[in-house]
Amino acid sequence: MEIPRHWRLKKQRYGLVGEICPHCDHKIFPPRDVCPNCGDEAKEQFTFSGKGEVYSYTTVYEAPAGFDSNAPYTVAIVKLEEGPMLTAQLTDLDEQPIQIGMPVEMVTRKMRNDGDERGVIVYGYKFRPSRFIPTT
Amino acid sequence: MTEVVIAGIGQTQIGEHWELSLRNLAVDAIQAALRDSGGLKPQALFVGNMLAPNLSNQAHLGALIAEYAGLHGIEAVTVEASGASGGAALRQGYLAIASGMADVALVVGVEKFTDKIGADVEESTATENDADFESIHGLTITAQAALVMKRYMYENKVPENGFAGFALTAHANGVANKNAAFRKAIKAETYAKAEMVSEPLKIFDMAPHLDGAAAVVLTRRELIPSDCQHPPVKIAGSAASSDTLALHDRKDMLYFDTAQISAGKAIKQAGIVLDQINFFEYHDIFSIYAALQLEAVGFAVRGQGWKLAEEGVIGLKGRIPCATMGGMKARGFAGGAAGLYQAVEAVTQLRGHAGANQIAGAKFGLIQSLGGPASTAVSHILAGME
Repeated sequence: MEIPRHWRLKKQRYGLVGEICPHCDHKIFPPRDVCPNCGDEAKEQFTFSGKGEVYSYTTVYEAPAGFDSNAPYTVAIVKLEEGPMLTAQLTDLDEQPIQIGMPVEMVTRKMRNDGDERGVIVYGYKFRPSRFIPTT
Repeated sequence: MTEVVIAGIGQTQIGEHWELSLRNLAVDAIQAALRDSGGLKPQALFVGNMLAPNLSNQAHLGALIAEYAGLHGIEAVTVEASGASGGAALRQGYLAIASGMADVALVVGVEKFTDKIGADVEESTATENDADFESIHGLTITAQAALVMKRYMYENKVPENGFAGFALTAHANGVANKNAAFRKAIKAETYAKAEMVSEPLKIFDMAPHLDGAAAVVLTRRELIPSDCQHPPVKIAGSAASSDTLALHDRKDMLYFDTAQISAGKAIKQAGIVLDQINFFEYHDIFSIYAALQLEAVGFAVRGQGWKLAEEGVIGLKGRIPCATMGGMKARGFAGGAAGLYQAVEAVTQLRGHAGANQIAGAKFGLIQSLGGPASTAVSHILAGME
């Protein structure tokens, strides 16, 4: 059980809340309080749109404990349209082949069980193929 | 600065040692290294270990191993930097001697992977990733390497099986190493037909996680026993560097900054140039990482590291021999011991004791230990002495 650990990340897991640097406007996800671009303090919140594209992807067959009942699953690095990248599973793929550059959007899904059957279910972001062609 | 020499080396065979515990393995390697040093008495012990609190339910290895090795009362601590734990422990031993704070330091790397299996091992090794933003998404270390490999192959138009040369070289070199886990050469077809682990990464693109321990005894040159039976080897350069744990936090995930920074500093400290390095023990836990190290250190231009394996440049008779005793792929990957196996093998080369795998006239060797996708890199230049 790691309830506080998951609870304190709820804004990121459910809402893709990151940060924007007040000094250089660099957008940051995951939040880290120090701007990786200019090195100054960056604690101003910024909510990401959840739109992005696949930068790289692979399939996990041999999964860690807690994830093995979902294997095989696809993990990707997604480049958000605001700039930062994140790691997330791809979901709702059906038979669709994945390609680098494929547009994807954030959805909220069950990520894992925290321990036994009565354990906390951890929810968070995954990405599915975009339903709309991005206008930009 | 004080000249730091490696006076003794010891290692266990790497494998599935059901009958041996973490402490047995460490003590075996320590005793071999102390014997090899001519009986030096260490004042400090640095233990390189990656995952014992997790894999073996055992922390506090410094004191545990010092006591089991009969070294009652000496200073002893664990050094952890994921897969670079061994290299990082070696550097702490180096600093202890170089600073003059210790006359003789013992460094041992040890890992016991096989007490757990399957999903439990994947969960343990995934702790080296960013727990909040990588591991929670089910990312394993192998999937992390596969993400790098996929993007690398896409950007550099690498054909399927383009990385085969890394495994072929390692397995060819492992044949003559009696401490290697695998002592059989493989064919290109074997690589090509192998099981896919995490697309595009195949089973021969990853090193087997096994049990083992390796140790070195460090001292100042003038303290080497006069009846020492082998030529001394010195640590001519030592440097470490750090980067983000998460791949997605990198400015550029296809360039190993830390490998470049730490190797550059170590080479400069040694007062040599890249061309003088006779062999390179890279951290080939995944073949893609070996390729990226070749690029970061400067042996290949960006995007072309994989070609060095294909063209035979990294073979024993090539321009820059790598994994000369089988590397992690064939000798095996034993976590916190990995960096110490590199040191032991480099010393063996520089003493001229590498037998069928000897690099003729080897004078300088570069060893590089990585934690995660080069989130930590520790580089050492080892040099033979007249």
